[in-house]
Amino acid sequence: MEFTNALSIATPELIVVIGAMVLLLVGAYGGDKARPAISLLSGLVLIGAAVASATGPLGQAFMGAFVNDSLAVFAKVAIYLASAVAILLGHGWMIRNNQARFEYPILILLAAAGMSMMASAGDLISLYVGIELQSLALYVLAAFNRDDAKGSEAGLKYFVLGALSSGLLLYGASLIYGFAGSMAFDDIAAAAAGAHGTSLIFGLVFLLCGLAFKISAAPFHMWTPDVYEGAPTPAVAFFAAAPKLAALVLIARTLGEGFHVIEDQWRQVILALAVLSFCVGAFGGLMQKNIQRLLAYSSIANMGYALLAIAAGTTVGVKAMLVFMVLYMVDVTGFFACLLALSRGGRPITQISDLAGLKQDRPGTAIVLTMLSLSVLGMPPFAGFWAKVYVFGAAIQGGLWIFAALGLAASVVAAFYYLRLIKLMWFDPSPGLTDPAPRDAQWVAYAAAAFSFPLVLFALGWLDGFAGTAARALGLG
Amino acid sequence: MPMILSIVTFLPLVGVAAILLTRAMASSSEAPGLDNRARWIALITTLVTLAVSVVLVAQFDASNPDYQFVEYVPWFAGVAYHMGVDGISILFVLLTAFLMPLCIAASWKPITNRVVEYMIAFLVLETLVIGVFTALDLFLFYIFFEGGLVPMFLIIGIWGGQNRVYAAYKFFLYTLLGSVLMLAAMLYMFATAGTSSIPELAQYAFDPNVQTFLWLAFFASFAVKMPMWPVHTWLPDAHVQAPTAGSVILAGILLKLGGYGFLRFNLPMFPDASAMFAPMVFALSVIAVIYTSLVAFRQTDIKKLIAYSSVAHMGFVTMGIFAANATGVQGAVYQMLSHGIISGALFLCVGVVYDRMHTREISFYGGLTDRMPRYAAIFLLFTMANVGLPGTSGFVGEILTMTGVYQASTWAAFGAATGVILSAVYALTLYRKVMFGQITNPKLNDITDVTPLEIAIFVPLIVGTLWLGIYPAAVFDITQASVDQLVTTYQSAIGG
Repeated sequence: MEFTNALSIATPELIVVIGAMVLLLVGAYGGDKARPAISLLSGLVLIGAAVASATGPLGQAFMGAFVNDSLAVFAKVAIYLASAVAILLGHGWMIRNNQARFEYPILILLAAAGMSMMASAGDLISLYVGIELQSLALYVLAAFNRDDAKGSEAGLKYFVLGALSSGLLLYGASLIYGFAGSMAFDDIAAAAAGAHGTSLIFGLVFLLCGLAFKISAAPFHMWTPDVYEGAPTPAVAFFAAAPKLAALVLIARTLGEGFHVIEDQWRQVILALAVLSFCVGAFGGLMQKNIQRLLAYSSIANMGYALLAIAAGTTVGVKAMLVFMVLYMVDVTGFFACLLALSRGGRPITQISDLAGLKQDRPGTAIVLTMLSLSVLGMPPFAGFWAKVYVFGAAIQGGLWIFAALGLAASVVAAFYYLRLIKLMWFDPSPGLTDPAPRDAQWVAYAAAAFSFPLVLFALGWLDGFAGTAARALGLG
Repeated sequence: MPMILSIVTFLPLVGVAAILLTRAMASSSEAPGLDNRARWIALITTLVTLAVSVVLVAQFDASNPDYQFVEYVPWFAGVAYHMGVDGISILFVLLTAFLMPLCIAASWKPITNRVVEYMIAFLVLETLVIGVFTALDLFLFYIFFEGGLVPMFLIIGIWGGQNRVYAAYKFFLYTLLGSVLMLAAMLYMFATAGTSSIPELAQYAFDPNVQTFLWLAFFASFAVKMPMWPVHTWLPDAHVQAPTAGSVILAGILLKLGGYGFLRFNLPMFPDASAMFAPMVFALSVIAVIYTSLVAFRQTDIKKLIAYSSVAHMGFVTMGIFAANATGVQGAVYQMLSHGIISGALFLCVGVVYDRMHTREISFYGGLTDRMPRYAAIFLLFTMANVGLPGTSGFVGEILTMTGVYQASTWAAFGAATGVILSAVYALTLYRKVMFGQITNPKLNDITDVTPLEIAIFVPLIVGTLWLGIYPAAVFDITQASVDQLVTTYQSAIGG
């Protein structure tokens, strides 16, 4: 009975994993002919999993190793939908650039399974398993274009550094286990409240280093620009959205459930990561010439903001992080969709200067990119502004107003490079015509822009409620 | 009329929709007549907005000091769509609606490329600026306040002069830095007071120590916008590079957002901090008045000279506001309205010769009275109004602020008074150099006088300046009640 109950709690993961296995077999036998069907079915599997997790039962399974609370449900729905969009974006692009292989959607399915495991991790084992399942799929995706030197470099770099960070994480986890005598977050919390609070900090710092690597928070961000530059663009669009949310939810859960007693100690670590991230992200982006590298720095900066919300250590902070990440994921997916829709002479656009004069040539895309740039920059009334309002509001409410002011100042520095994109598109002459835009990417971009303004103004009330319920699941103050 | 404030605020967006619609229906974006249609739609929209705002002012109950025409719809997480105007803000709505059609008309001939986008940018800007004056919710205010940066950035950056990109960046980043500090303060206020409603926050007594920081954060934003010395350096660049209509809006309305912000936030919400910082504001204002007047005197570019003169005139406004007595605040509001008309008119005057000669160098011109007698008369009127000649609106504003400031600080009033002399020095010098003497530059021989269209643009401004100068009660009747209430609440809050 207990086992079937556990399985029903883990239904979404089962759907994704079984779906991935079946489709892998289909691909292995059907070869490239089956590719469109596999893409379509993978998308359906993800949507089915999203529905299953939105409607499925809440509870704990496998002796507390797997937690399906409203926080996990919120994260999973977002992760599955973002993964489905990544498959949609990747499918057409891969065909156009002769990189199409049937493994792409399956790898995304496997990564999605790992991510939802991360969102549901109730102890250190499932935390590690979730991270590794996700990471291994992402390493392969990064090197998906195996004939390309930059792509191979990206994959190798990601893998080696990722393995290093996993090592740190495991070392931290074993220290924690050593001091607490248990893997479960509940027991760790009890140990932290008892005599071992100080010793646990050693383990926690290593654990956080490993997790910081996964969300590319400075100073563990070195891999990000290279991977963003080298990996195929749709894969980067995927990296930039769902995995970040999964890792942030994992961080929030680990800290909130396992270590909330030693909040004052871990807050210093998280704040250091946050401040470094948004400073590195803001200043590092200033001199970039490659769009994907620029977006890498932009994502580093945004991870800093998300960490700032977590550092508040409150329910409001976690809620702010969730709202921020959902709005950010929409913006960044739209941003990459625009890039995927742009090519000149059959080659994808890679340099920032290639955007020059886009206003004359492709007014629709230029307006969408402008809106999304303004949104990520934090201009009202776009989605990114509300995201920042939530994050900085939570930080200020948590007494971190100095850090909030620093973050806002960094956002002004970062404003420069978003403005440069707008300047190029609107003020400068075009170097030549771009190719006709593919439908799929263009519609995703339009949808993201429409969400960013004005749909967000209506969606926020609704998102606020869901994120609030999700954040309360951690039971913080 | 129900929801009249929302109508006034968002009416320009209807024009935007109409322009987009005509463009979507046209066979191609190069279709002839599209530009003209955009111009007409923009003009009609702004005129209708003006008409509605006149109705708004006519329906306004001047004896009631509280917010009127209030609209309130809860939004999410405590934020609300909350609009309303009082005696202070309503006239700024009218000023905006009054200047916009003139800007559209002034851009009729000079703007020939990307007309459709230009008109859209102006209409969006109008919505955002009117929204600043009608919003009664912190975040709504911030949306409108900050959102205005984007269309202005595009206006300077696309239709500006040689060095437009630099000026656009400088304008945007300078103002953004000030604004984000204000945002931080707003979030703090929201978290502490638990409301984002501006009228309620004005009742909330913030801890005096906290007030200091909040005051400084708001000050950072509004001082940049105003602009006050020493954070005024973005203004001359932005003005010189912006197209004529852009300068008119910048000087006529956008600068007033700073003064309006002081009146709406700093003074009523942080009275203790305002009293504490008033001497600093006086000092900065006196420096602004004297220093920028001297700087203006040394300029070789007409637009830059007027830009610096704007900074000097805004110095009177900040002084008047922080004198925090009824005379000073009345004077400040009056000075802002009057400067909105006068500086707008002066930039239009520069635009007239710039459109003909494509240079703003003072040394290029000279002896224009010979060729352009009507232009000379118009320019003279506004130069005199800028100097503060009795009978023009400039006089009323300056004399009132100085009287108000005199009660608060004799020295500041003394400093400001020297500024009046200095403004006469630079303004009359400019007039002499450009207008009087013989024509020495042969290129000026064929310059033509103002066209009927240009006269049509100037007439409302002339009427406005003279009317406000001769019958200032027109303004005071409306502002009186709200200003009195503001000052009384402030004085009782600081225990004076």
